[in-house]
Parts: sequence; C-alpha cells; structure tokens
Amino acid sequence: MVTKIVMQPATRRDVMRLAGTGALAAMFAGILPGIAGADPAAAAAAIAKLTGGKAAKEGKIKMDVPQIAENGRTVPVSFEVESPMTDKDYVKSVHIFADKNPTPDVSSYHFTQHCGKAAVSFRMRLGGTQNVIAVAQMSDGSVYMAKAPIKVTIGGCGG
Amino acid sequence: MAKARVKVPASVKKGEVFEIKALVKHKMETGQRKDRKTGQKIPRDIINKFQVTYGGKEVFSSDWNPAVAANPYIAFFLRAEASGDIKFKWTDDKGKTTEETAKLTIS
Repeated sequence: MVTKIVMQPATRRDVMRLAGTGALAAMFAGILPGIAGADPAAAAAAIAKLTGGKAAKEGKIKMDVPQIAENGRTVPVSFEVESPMTDKDYVKSVHIFADKNPTPDVSSYHFTQHCGKAAVSFRMRLGGTQNVIAVAQMSDGSVYMAKAPIKVTIGGCGG
Repeated sequence: MAKARVKVPASVKKGEVFEIKALVKHKMETGQRKDRKTGQKIPRDIINKFQVTYGGKEVFSSDWNPAVAANPYIAFFLRAEASGDIKFKWTDDKGKTTEETAKLTIS
C-alpha cells in the first residue's frame, strides 16, 4: 500500500529514468577505477610546490564552470584573470588543479603580454564531484587562487 | 599525427584582442584505463604540450596532463600587432607533432 502511494505521483517516464540511472551507475562502477587514491592533500601539495609556499590571494580570477557535469569525460571550463596585460603587468601563468582526480594537475597556461587577455576555455576530465582550482602567477610575483565546485554524475578518468 | 582545426577571425583591427579556437584529434589515453581482455593497463599517450607562435615569437603555450579531455579543444586570446602567420604546434608523449598555420590579416 505504501509503495502504491509513493508511486502514484511518479509518471512512467520518471520510473524509467530512475531505473536507467541505476543501471548506468552499476555499469560504470564495474569498469571505472573510480577516484581511488584521489587525495585533496596531493592537490594542496602540488599548489604549495608551485607557489613555493607563498600565500595565494583571493580575487582577480573569474571561473566559469557548470554546477553539475552530467559526463565527467568532458567538462567545459573557462577562466579569466583580471590584468592589463602590458609589458610590466601581466599574467605569467595559470595552473588548473582538480583536488580529487587521480592526478591533481590538470593543465598550465603560459601567457605573454601579446595575449591581450589572460582567458582560456578548455575541456577537462573529472573523476567525480570535486573542486576545480585555478592558481594564477602574476608578473610581479603575486599569486591568486580561485576554487569552483563541480558536481559530477558520471566520472571520466577511466573506462 | 592527428588532424587539427584552428579558427582565427578573417580580419582584425590593429590592437584588437581576438579569440582563437583550436581543436586537435587525439584520444588522450590517460594511462589509467585497463584493457578489458588482458587486464593490463593501457599506456599513457597524451598531448602534453601546445605552443603558439606569432610573428616568430612564442606568445602562448600550455602544458597538459591526463585530465585534459580527449580531442583537446582550447580557446585563448591574442592582441593583433601585425599581419602574419600564427603557428600552432601540438606534441604528444611519443614525440609526434601536429602543426597548423593560420594567416592573420590586419584591416
């Protein structure tokens, strides 16, 4: 009787979708190594190594990521760092980290004053729900950091 | 190695900051996957470097790790300084390279 009451408001489509998700999850669980060995401390260590332990400031970096990524195999990520991009004041590089991927380092982008704008869009893999971190190194040696959480439905580091 | 496609605006004004889009075909094998038949890990094979030269100088470059998705796409910006070639180069773990050139015209 209880089951009946619960089922009533659900349409057939809802039920099918639920069943489908379960089956998909089971299928992927078998072939994905998952995010075993993923460790936010590894990402923190990689960032510390990059900055030489220098404290990162907040701000200047604008990240554009989806809140929920249905497929971790290709997640669009964009960032822009506020900078005049002149000979004296420009963004030297931006490094992207994913704190729960098997390898936390994702990519590094090296800019010059000829870029005009320190902005990049690319697509990345995410092994599961986690934070994507951007670390920007400026020409004056200062470091800025930004973090964006992404919820991942299906991981993309194996299978 | 692989097929590449780049998109540069047909013409730009001097000093204008314009977007470039580049896409290359590559499976970006992470080294994490296992061969289902043998159970052996499939060796890593990814593009690890992307370089862009403009007016003979390297103006933008990028280092990639296995977390960069297959068939890597990238969009970035350059400031138009003079008409000339913009050269793109992708290098993978095996040392194979793909090169592409786009012509920039300043109107």
